[in-house]
Amino acid sequence: MANISYKARQARRVIIERTFGLAILALMSFWLIANLFKAPSQFAEVALIGLSNGILYALIALGYTLVYGIIELINFAHGDLFMLGGLFSAHFISLWFHQTKSSPMGWLVFFLALISVMAFCAGVNVFIERFAYRRLRRAPKLAPLITAVGVSFMIQFVGLRWNGSGQKTWNSVLPSGRVLLGSIKLPYTTLISFAVTIPILAALTFIVTKTRQGKAMRATAQDQDASRLMGINVNRTIAFTFGLGGALAGVAGLLFQQTRGLTSYNLGYQLGLIAFTSAVLGGIGNLQGAVLGAILIGLIQGLNDGLPIGLGQQWSQTVVFSILILLMVFKPAGLLGKQVTEKV
Amino acid sequence: MAISLKRKNRKPKNAASARQWAITLTIVALGIWAFFTYLFDKTPDAVQAWFQVWLPPSTLNESLVWVICALGLNIVVGYAGLLDLGFVAFWAFGGYAAGWFMSGFFNQVNIHFGSMSAKTIPGIHLSFWLVMIIAALIAGFFGIIIGAPTLRLKSDYLALVTLGFGEIIPQVFTNGENIGGFNLSNGTKGISPVDAIGVFGKRLGPFDLGWKFLIYFFLAACMVFVSLRIRGGRLGRAWLAIREDELAASMMGVPLMRTKLTAYAVGAFSGGIGGAVYATHVNGIFAERFNFSISIILLAMVVLGGMGNVWGVIVGALLMAWINATGLPAIGDTFNNTFHTEINFPSYNFLLFGGILVLMMLYKRDGLLPEARLKMISHENDDEASNTGGH
Repeated sequence: MANISYKARQARRVIIERTFGLAILALMSFWLIANLFKAPSQFAEVALIGLSNGILYALIALGYTLVYGIIELINFAHGDLFMLGGLFSAHFISLWFHQTKSSPMGWLVFFLALISVMAFCAGVNVFIERFAYRRLRRAPKLAPLITAVGVSFMIQFVGLRWNGSGQKTWNSVLPSGRVLLGSIKLPYTTLISFAVTIPILAALTFIVTKTRQGKAMRATAQDQDASRLMGINVNRTIAFTFGLGGALAGVAGLLFQQTRGLTSYNLGYQLGLIAFTSAVLGGIGNLQGAVLGAILIGLIQGLNDGLPIGLGQQWSQTVVFSILILLMVFKPAGLLGKQVTEKV
Repeated sequence: MAISLKRKNRKPKNAASARQWAITLTIVALGIWAFFTYLFDKTPDAVQAWFQVWLPPSTLNESLVWVICALGLNIVVGYAGLLDLGFVAFWAFGGYAAGWFMSGFFNQVNIHFGSMSAKTIPGIHLSFWLVMIIAALIAGFFGIIIGAPTLRLKSDYLALVTLGFGEIIPQVFTNGENIGGFNLSNGTKGISPVDAIGVFGKRLGPFDLGWKFLIYFFLAACMVFVSLRIRGGRLGRAWLAIREDELAASMMGVPLMRTKLTAYAVGAFSGGIGGAVYATHVNGIFAERFNFSISIILLAMVVLGGMGNVWGVIVGALLMAWINATGLPAIGDTFNNTFHTEINFPSYNFLLFGGILVLMMLYKRDGLLPEARLKMISHENDDEASNTGGH
């Protein structure tokens, strides 16, 4: 008897949640269609801006997802690592190699910066893992989380010292023109972002799915003790994962700094939150999910900021975090994530 | 259960120590109040100057505001073990409640109740004590609204949702100048001034710091009392059980959702009080002050003092509030004057707060004044041979 009423209650809750979820989706599609009819060409341009933001978010979101997938830690400091990557590449290109305009030399330096910023951010992330998180593997869950918040503040301090308290603008070495696609103007920088990001994502997929190290990562994510019994060096695998995530954050930092031309010490906090939302939207721990979620968040944010019927830029954060909260309520596992029952 | 049997004889000692702490703190507070109200003007100029640099009365008042909020966060983080990174939202709700109900902000209406301000001034002017209750209720209400759907999530997701909430609410208030044509918060201009607190037929102006100190101390003492009493009762023990092992607690019949929600609501409640008190302390509500660093500073206070231990949290809050408001600039000035350097000490607060969080977690996870119970729990896994794996 009690069992039946429990099941009925459960079923009713599922129905209520589904209805709400569908209503929200319907409302959003209505908003999109209304905008599409009102300003079609603007829609395409704004969507492109959103898309190019989205792939930046994807690079950061992948770092969150990789780390969460392997040690179930929300690495709050990851966004700040992105900020550090941006600062590093700004200094690398503009101050150390004196490249301030688009030229073949500048592109070469851009390529060098890409490699160095990946190494730099990977190194920093591995360093943080070694000295802060590794000691807390067995600690209660709150401890590494609070440590991550603390590390985030310390990196922000480094950014504050390095960059100063204000926003700094930099010249980009990337070509600034636009290419016409029908009636839509597509900036070169967007194309370059895609050209850099897509091979990196492909390489990441290759590393995770095809190499021995990737196999070790997947095994460690499933069961650390069993992996250790199978002869996997768990500590090294986790460090490698942090390095991988750091390198991706570095690429994102370089691309952001070069396409927007600005750095600021608190940038990482904001973008990190957005990227984390994307990772959760796609289903945290799922690599494809992180990319999908990031592109969706980028699109939604871009559309909200740029379209005639929208809340406008000053509500941008609110929109993103409302998505996060709604998602947590209706589909905590994310779009591509599997609902797993927590084992004891 | 084994724990409670083993420690049966400890209870009177804890109660006695609580009484000692309470009496000592009350005496110190009354002494400070008496000193600043009656003796301060009679002391030599050098002493007065020293106090203005190292311990100005306004810093004392501000640190009491922090104590109130930190005690609230302690209930959420320390007692129930839920990481809340958006406490600033409740602080903001409390502040705006004070702005709405004890200032001339809503000048469309003219409502006076128990306030000492002149009856001719338009706006809603309620008594300070009433506003405290309203602010606490508003914040508590929103605590339940945000907590109800999210508290069934895993703990780290909860941290994220509260963080998002702590971002949304200040942004709503910052952009709240024109919400559907209605001015909710006066946007970035903020609401200022707030009505003076009326006590014993006396209006406390901006310079009556001594009396305000006493009122704030009274509110903080109420929070201490509430924290201690709830902790000893059924609800508090349920919180501790959830903190220590959620699964075991629910097997023992603790209703998880309801218990967590109460912790969240009580925490929000005190955040509301703290926000309203802060509004009277700075005599206004300014949207740009409600940012993420407030949530982090509060968390650092709780962590530094010792999660779950009321006295530890008070010490942590007083210490960090002092460092933040007076300590860093004062130490910096002294250091720069002595060694003729130009170091900007207040800009080191990021490093300081981040460093405190990291170092405390790595080396002294239980805080300066650890709670006896938590100490056992947090080191339960330390003896295991390996330092990796599992969670």
